[in-house]
Amino acid sequence: MSLRNIIVTLKVTPKPEEIRFDPVTKTIDRSKATNEINPADKNALEMALQLRDRYGGRVIVVSMGPPFWEPFLKLAVAMGADDAVLISDRALAGSDTLPTSLTLARAIQKIGDYDIILAGEESSDGGTGQVPPGIAEWLGIPHVTYVTSIDIIETGKARVKRTIKGGYEILEVDMPFLASIELGCNTPRFPDFRRKRWAEREFKLKVWSTADLGLNPEEVGFKGSATTVDTLVELKPPERLKRIITGAPEEVAEELARIIRELLR
Amino acid sequence: MKDIWVFVEQDSGVFEESSLEVLTKAREIADARGYRVTGVLLGRDVRRIAGSLGWYGAHRVIAVEHPILESYLSEPYTNIIGGLIEERDPDYFLASATRNGRDLAGRLAVRFRTGLQAHVINLDIAEDGSLIGHVPGFGGNIVAVVRNVKGRPQMATVALGVFRPKKLWGEAEVEVVEAKIDPLEPKVRRVEVVRKGYVDLSKSKRVVVGGMGTGGDLTLVRELARIIKADVGVSRPLSDIGVAPKDIYIGSTGVSLNADLAVIVGVSGAPHFVSGIRNVKTVISINKDPEAPIVEYSDYFAVGDLFEILPRLIEKLRGEAG
Repeated sequence: MSLRNIIVTLKVTPKPEEIRFDPVTKTIDRSKATNEINPADKNALEMALQLRDRYGGRVIVVSMGPPFWEPFLKLAVAMGADDAVLISDRALAGSDTLPTSLTLARAIQKIGDYDIILAGEESSDGGTGQVPPGIAEWLGIPHVTYVTSIDIIETGKARVKRTIKGGYEILEVDMPFLASIELGCNTPRFPDFRRKRWAEREFKLKVWSTADLGLNPEEVGFKGSATTVDTLVELKPPERLKRIITGAPEEVAEELARIIRELLR
Repeated sequence: MKDIWVFVEQDSGVFEESSLEVLTKAREIADARGYRVTGVLLGRDVRRIAGSLGWYGAHRVIAVEHPILESYLSEPYTNIIGGLIEERDPDYFLASATRNGRDLAGRLAVRFRTGLQAHVINLDIAEDGSLIGHVPGFGGNIVAVVRNVKGRPQMATVALGVFRPKKLWGEAEVEVVEAKIDPLEPKVRRVEVVRKGYVDLSKSKRVVVGGMGTGGDLTLVRELARIIKADVGVSRPLSDIGVAPKDIYIGSTGVSLNADLAVIVGVSGAPHFVSGIRNVKTVISINKDPEAPIVEYSDYFAVGDLFEILPRLIEKLRGEAG
């Protein structure tokens, strides 16, 4: 038994704590933020590589984003992915989760011959978690969200562990299926140095446009989205006393004890 | 009359508390606009509990019963609710942003080619009928005011612990609908469920929260919590590295606290964390970095090493909790 393609959807996100908001123009400034592969997607990629190591198959990463994401896809290849596809097209700008899941689903269909699709549980910027089940619906395959492990039990069947409130459940699912992978469920490997050099210098990733996927411009981007952002607002922190307590540990503890006693009364 | 549907999650006959929060919020919107609220309840044997949802805001409840529906399972839940939406064409569909709520809504939104807002922290319906939600993003300190522009039903998942359930109304009218389960072999089957207990921190009165500053050792955090009769929470990184369960991390994608008192130790105060402590009455934090952003979100900010301060604080408070 060998698996067919294992496809991983991957996105690049700015580190949330480095994003600045301009209250006058009401825009988000990402220019100073460091970009990284979305952390949960890295766990999805690691899961895919482990599955390939155990059961065979090819790991292909697919991403929808601007050309500057290329190095991040090459990093995924350096980590061990066999191939990478970047869907890059100005027409995709402004896509909400509906056209995003459609575009990724079309790319997955174009890659074809898949047994398992893996996605991070959610992105660190939007954080909706809606795209993975959305992709599964476009593809007409079953999905399982918040998965922390996958074992193949027999040809065409997998056993997955899904986090639920207060615990977990074990589900059996028929292939092909999509799983969204929980952030932090494994430790993503570091890229091999020689493979990294090869990925950076020689590897050519595939770049597809919406036309390559047979999408018409009305279906994607702002036009294809079913939600729109009216405005952005920065949440002001609630009013706090901000009383600072300093001193030797004994004094600080004494003062805190006094405050807590007062509050517990 | 416009109809707001609310997916009411249950497990083995016990309601998911956050579904009741959504019901109440939906009812408040409905009352202002003259709309109707319909609870959608799937389970093994739920007709006897369905009417009680009226107290939290449902005018009526559609109850669907089948043994396979005892706990959430994406395939039958999506198909049954999708079938009901197809048949009855509601105007709005809301769910709590639990794992299961997101799982269901994400799939249904594509099935109906409609807009879905994620984990909104505020919700309203505009004059023209469009659903308006406040969607926190980029870690939670920036909120997008989002409007649905396409598709029916207009959908949103609602963040947990943001609205309070109110028991104000009366028994709802219940319609029991026969479950149409696909006779074919289901593609996803439950093999086993393991539960280790669960604390709903959004209901806790007092919480002690540990962050990365603890180095992953929550012994002192737990001891302080025990002494002041508080529950224990963590910041997300501690859940991500497996030190604490995912159900107890505080922040924009985790739990929002509504406690009277939160004692927060070794948490720097990243935006996605502090959005989860907005509704805490009194925030006390301890951090060795006097510049830590958490100071802006604290009533009392103690500067120092938690491993030196906490043991002394615990000694002083021992036996004094009210």
